[in-house]
Amino acid sequence: MDRTTIDLWVGVFVALGIAALLGLAMKVGNLTSSKIGETYSVTAAFENIGGLKPNAPVKSAGVVVGRVADIKFDSKAYEAVVTIKIDERYEFPKDTFANIYTAGLLGEQYIGLEAGGEEDYLQNGDRIAQTQDAVVLEKMISQFLYNKASESDSDDKNSNAEKTSSPNSTESKTAEPKSTELGDPAF
Amino acid sequence: MQIIYTVLLANIARLLRGFGARMITRIWRLGAASRLFFLTIFYSGESFRRFHLTLREIYFTGVMSLLIIIVSAFFVGMVLALQGYNTLQKYGSSEAIGVLVALSLVRELGPVVTALLFAGRAGTAITAEIGLMKTTEQLSAMEMMAVNPIARVVAPRFWAGVISMPILATLFSMVGVLGGYLVAVPLIGVDDGAFWSQMQANVDVRDDIINGVIKSLVFGVACTMIALFEGFDAPPTAEGVSHATTRTVVISSLTVLGLDFVLTSFMIVV
Repeated sequence: MDRTTIDLWVGVFVALGIAALLGLAMKVGNLTSSKIGETYSVTAAFENIGGLKPNAPVKSAGVVVGRVADIKFDSKAYEAVVTIKIDERYEFPKDTFANIYTAGLLGEQYIGLEAGGEEDYLQNGDRIAQTQDAVVLEKMISQFLYNKASESDSDDKNSNAEKTSSPNSTESKTAEPKSTELGDPAF
Repeated sequence: MQIIYTVLLANIARLLRGFGARMITRIWRLGAASRLFFLTIFYSGESFRRFHLTLREIYFTGVMSLLIIIVSAFFVGMVLALQGYNTLQKYGSSEAIGVLVALSLVRELGPVVTALLFAGRAGTAITAEIGLMKTTEQLSAMEMMAVNPIARVVAPRFWAGVISMPILATLFSMVGVLGGYLVAVPLIGVDDGAFWSQMQANVDVRDDIINGVIKSLVFGVACTMIALFEGFDAPPTAEGVSHATTRTVVISSLTVLGLDFVLTSFMIVV
């Protein structure tokens, strides 16, 4: 008699617990959102990945299309080789750009893919040739100071500084894809 | 001069003796508690064969703690959202409030505050009950009737605590997030979608939620075992039971906070 009410209450208690766990997993956690079905992986080499971490999002046009699977250091080329897993539903041309961006001023870093115009698509195991490194603030500042100091030297460098201080100048990317857009020439 | 010297020496000796005696008592109690723990595990077959014993204890430790857990979780979540918003809006990232509330609840506050409340709400009850059973010689009477008091009294309470704690902690986290939501979205006016989506992007099921549940499971074992041992070990007097109850709260709270640090350092991979 008494036991049945206790049974009921314990049942309610356990059900509440399970509901809370499910709620946490579904609503709070990333159980639903991180579901990327089948993926294919491509690699991209960067000279500097900044604060990029494994599992960071890979976005194209702002939409998450994949995740960073692995980051390795290539001791021959002294580059960071980043393996990206991209959702199989999304295909990108072979000449796609991989850029490391920062979400907001202090946010986490992610890889942004900008599709190129080629006919062939990236396959599993391919390598993205055109990459753009993370913007390193210290480098940018020292660059700026260097240019300020050498401003009097020549007008040529001055114009160069103006170009490099704007972080998303598209024309410098196409010109020399492998370099930071902060560029080496000033050093 | 000689006299002062002797008295000083005697005082220091007494101090050291007292200190040593306390340490030895502590270590003795630790050993006894470990023995009780293993006996409890060893004799816990009955608490599953006759599950209604455990069920009854789940009712008393878990279901009866629901109200305090839910109400405090609600307020903790609301305060977190309020405080978090206050600071985050200075940096123009008030949408991150969902992440702040969810992560602090799921990782830390859920398991820890639940364990502290549990120690105060259920642990003391367990200690007082068992202490009084001992004082009124009910435990001895059971032994006389060839009923093992550990199997009949201790083990069901132990398993009830171990089962209840993770349930209470997950409830705490969930209700806390809802409380934070209520303050952040309708009251302050943070964007609804950003609140949930930022939360989902930054809370990992395995790293955060499952680890929180593991923490609460460990706290459940620790809190219940401490409460049981204090009750079992209490001197059979009114004063002894009252002291044991106090010790339950103090030791449980300290153990939970210490264990929390140890577990977190295991879980966070640097």
